[in-house]
Formats: sequence, structure tokens, C-alpha cells
Amino acid sequence: MHRVLGDRRAILILIGPALLVYSLIMLVPMVWSLGYAFTKGNAINGFTGNGVANFERLLTDEAVHEALWFTLKYAVAVTAGQVVAGYLLALLYVFFLKKASALIRTLVFFPVILPTVAVGLLFKQMFQVAPQNGPVNALLEAVGLGSVDWFSDGGNAFWVLILMDVWRSMGFYAVLLFAGLVDIPDEVLESARLDGASGLQTIRHIVLPLSLPVLMSSLIFSINGTLKVFDSVVALTNGGPGNDTTPLTLYMFQTSFTYSDYGYGSAIALLLTVLSLVVSLVVFRLSRRDLTKG
Amino acid sequence: MSVGTPEKLSPRALPLRTKPPTRRRLRGLWIKPIVAVLLVVELYPLLWMFLTSLKSNDDYLNNPSWSLPTTWEWGNYTEAWTTGNIGLYVQNSLLAVLPSLALILLMGTAAGFALQIMVWKGRSVTLLLFLAGIMVPAQMILLPLFTVYFQVGLSGTLWPLILTYTGSGLPLTVFMMATYYKTIPREMFEAATLDGAGILRSFWSISVPMVRNAVLTVGLVQFFFIWNDLLIALTFTNNQDLRTIQVGLLNFSGEFGATQYGPLFAAICINVFGTLLIYLFLNQKVMKGLAGGAVKG
Repeated sequence: MHRVLGDRRAILILIGPALLVYSLIMLVPMVWSLGYAFTKGNAINGFTGNGVANFERLLTDEAVHEALWFTLKYAVAVTAGQVVAGYLLALLYVFFLKKASALIRTLVFFPVILPTVAVGLLFKQMFQVAPQNGPVNALLEAVGLGSVDWFSDGGNAFWVLILMDVWRSMGFYAVLLFAGLVDIPDEVLESARLDGASGLQTIRHIVLPLSLPVLMSSLIFSINGTLKVFDSVVALTNGGPGNDTTPLTLYMFQTSFTYSDYGYGSAIALLLTVLSLVVSLVVFRLSRRDLTKG
Repeated sequence: MSVGTPEKLSPRALPLRTKPPTRRRLRGLWIKPIVAVLLVVELYPLLWMFLTSLKSNDDYLNNPSWSLPTTWEWGNYTEAWTTGNIGLYVQNSLLAVLPSLALILLMGTAAGFALQIMVWKGRSVTLLLFLAGIMVPAQMILLPLFTVYFQVGLSGTLWPLILTYTGSGLPLTVFMMATYYKTIPREMFEAATLDGAGILRSFWSISVPMVRNAVLTVGLVQFFFIWNDLLIALTFTNNQDLRTIQVGLLNFSGEFGATQYGPLFAAICINVFGTLLIYLFLNQKVMKGLAGGAVKG
């Protein structure tokens, strides 16, 4: 009977198109991009060999170091923010809102599907100081703190960016973690209650350890996504002031298309790829070790 | 990555439930403010955006930002749609998104079937090959693709967008469809063959209707990814007439001399309310789908 399910011609017809398109659009360009990293040039003027010069430049380029540092800082801050906020929301849904949580869950989730460009422009206006105070500065003035020019200073712009991305994604992580929390058996919680554990103790000693696996996978998703941040930065600050909020992705884009240096752009893209693979691997290994211990 | 459905919330014995009534009332007291703050944080930005989209420029510049519009300028929307070219950008987005979506779903479903139901050597390797595409950042493929599209003469059309969206949407779709096909027993298709259906026919007439729901879910996920994409659109739309809604919105103030705040907010609103409308009707599916596709960063 397996002869039918092993029909080679049918298999080819079914998977052939997907495999072909995927190979041509994704796999071949990936390898090709590796090759570009050893050249200098662009699509219009052609390419010439450049040896390992692009990689030497990576090591000494201050702008790359700053972009790398910003990327890591951003990834850690947003990951911490969205996983912690998501976890608190999930706890709220499961233990306090219970059956009433469906509506709140749906509501808090919705920024996830909004176009990042729109959200970025909206937050830019909300934190605006000129020509008119946005709602945030208006509120700050109303409580007597005085308005802040959020986007003239790299540090302030960074926090607006973090706040915006946590606002955008916390509902997503809340739903992800919620699914993990709901799976904790009622009997376990019941017996903790009978043993006299307080709500906080139950969360600390029972709920947290039991939801560690789903917390860890959230962490991996989050780190992986945040290292590739592009849309939010472009829409909110466009990397500024100066290049204070320029992540690797944006620096790669500017190098390639503003300065038409595809070779160096490919080298930066490679750095980004290696970075996300290494970080995912590290988080994955850490989570495995913790699990066997716990 | 299969994640439990949000719907399976079970009634739960609370650790605090047996505490004296005063404690319980106290708990209720701090939950309500938290939920209220949450609602304000989620909804106020949207409300503010909508109200501001109805203000005239003078109104925006001279009155506090939180005030209501003095006159309701619905004309801002026409202004954004025509003078601001948002109409053209929405059309471009649809022209790029819909063909890509159709191709992704058709090829992805077929590939998922081949990888999960059909029996052949090398299918786990092929699945891994597709998985690699989920992890690698899009920056790795942009430059070679740009060069090829330029040399083949596709620059200046929407084809680079359609092709790139299709290729980059496939890995996640194949992976998710293969996962869905796991729930259908192979015997189903063996039985169909006994009844005389060819395997291609069973794929189309038996398996596709069975995974219809999954196709819709995956389709929604991919729709949001592609519709909201900025990086690929920004790379391949070097011509102003080809801009998608996201690229157009990013460059919006350039369409007028000085920034016209009313039309700018109207343009943001048009962009936001389109996706919001879909979410309003299909939110459970969207939540489930996006949580299931979380492997993509």
C-alpha cells in the first residue's frame, strides 16, 4: 500500500514547486551573500574581489561596534520587558481574571497585528515635543514634571523604543505563556493550597518552575526576533539622533543602499546571522541545563 | 511548536479562594485598577490617533493634543487617500500581497502534504532545509536578490516583491502545514486509493478540505507578515509608484510641503484600521495562528 504514498512523480509535483522557489529565493542567495562578503561593489557597477578586507573592517569599524552594542542592548531590554510583562499578564489572566479573561486577552493582543510603521509613527507623535506637546509630554507637564525632548537624546529615544516594542508585543507573549500556565494541573495547585501556601508562594515555588519550559521557548523566540529589529527603529527614530539608535540591520541597509557597498553590507548581514544563531544556541543550551537541574 | 489553544481555560481553584472574605475583597480592589490601567494603555493611543486624524492643521498646532477636534475634518481622509497617494499604495500592497499569499498557501500546503503524508527517503532532511529559512535574517538574501532582479530587468515592477514574499513565506508555511497534517492518519489516503482515487486527487479533494481551517489560519499569519513588512518593500520599491502602504506611510509627509498632521494621522488610521477590521472578525484564529508560528522571530 505504501507504493501509492511513495509515488515519486506525485511527490515531485507536490513538493517540487515549493522546493524550487524556496531554493532560488532563499537558499541560493544565502550562499551567494557569503560570496559577496569577499567582494567590493554593487548591482549597478559590478563586483571586484576584495579578499578578507570586509572582515578586517568589521573588526575596526566603530560604527559596527556601536550598532552591535545597540542591537544587544535593545534585544536584552525588549526581551526582558516583553517576557516579564507577558508573564505578569498571563498570571493575571489565569489566576485573577479566570473566565473573564478572554476579552482582555483579545484586546491586549491586538497591537501585535498592527503595522509596525503605523505604530512607530503614532508613538513618535505621542512623545513629540514640537510643534505641539504630544499626550505624553502634556501629561508630564500636567503633573508638574515638565516636558522632555525624547528624540534629541539617544538614551531617551532608546527607552521610547523599548516602551513601544513592549507595548506592541506583550499581548503576544501573554497568550504564549498563558497556554503554558493553563496546562498546569489543578491538583498541583490544589495541594499547594491545602498545604497552606500563600498566593505568592504558590507562584514562586509551583507555577514558576512548572512554566519554565514555555518561558524558555518564549525567551528564544523573543531574542531571535529582537536581534533582527528594523521596522520599529526606522519608523520611530530612523537610527537617530546621529546613529545612537542604529541596530546592525539598519546599518547593513544603509551601507548597502545608501553607500552602495554590497560587499561590506553582506559581511554585516553575515555577522547578524552568526549572532542570532549563536545567541539562540546559547539560550537553548542554558534552558536545557536548567531544566535537568530543576 | 504546538501551543495549546487559548480557549481551553479551565475553572481553577484559587489559592486565595478560602481566605477570609476581607482578603478577597481586597484582592478585588487592586485587580480592577490594574485592568483599568491596562485598558487605557491599550486603547488610548488608538483613540488619540483617531481623534487627531479629524483635526485641521491649525487645530492640531494651536490646541492641546488631548483636546477633541474643534471641527471634524473628515476631508483629511480624502486628502490622504488622493493627494497623499495612500489609495495607490494600498492598491500596490494588495497587488503584491494577494498573489504571494495564494502562491505560498498552494505550494506550502502541497509541500506539507508531501513531507508529512507521503513516504520517501530524505523527507526529514528536506523539512530541516525549510526550517533553516525560518532562522536566517532576511538581510542575508536581499543583496543577491536585488542584483539578480536588476540584471533580469524586473526592477521597476512588483515582481521582486511577489517573488521574495513567496520565497520567504514558504518555510514557516511548510513547517506549519506539515504539523497540521500530522493529525490526519495516513490510512485515510490509503483507503481513498482503494476506492480508486489517485494520490494527487486525494491530496486535492480529501486532504485540502480537511485542513481548510489550518490553511485559513496560516494564511492570516502570512497576510500580517507580508502586509506589515517594511524591509523587503523598502529594498525593492525604488520607484515611487511601486510603494506599498508601509513604505508610502513612512515617506508620507514628503507628499506635502510641510507636514499636514490631519492627513498624516488619517493615513496611519487607514493603515491600522484595515488590519484591525480583520482582527475584529477573526481574532481567535489570528491569536492561535501567530502563537503557533512563534518560531519565526
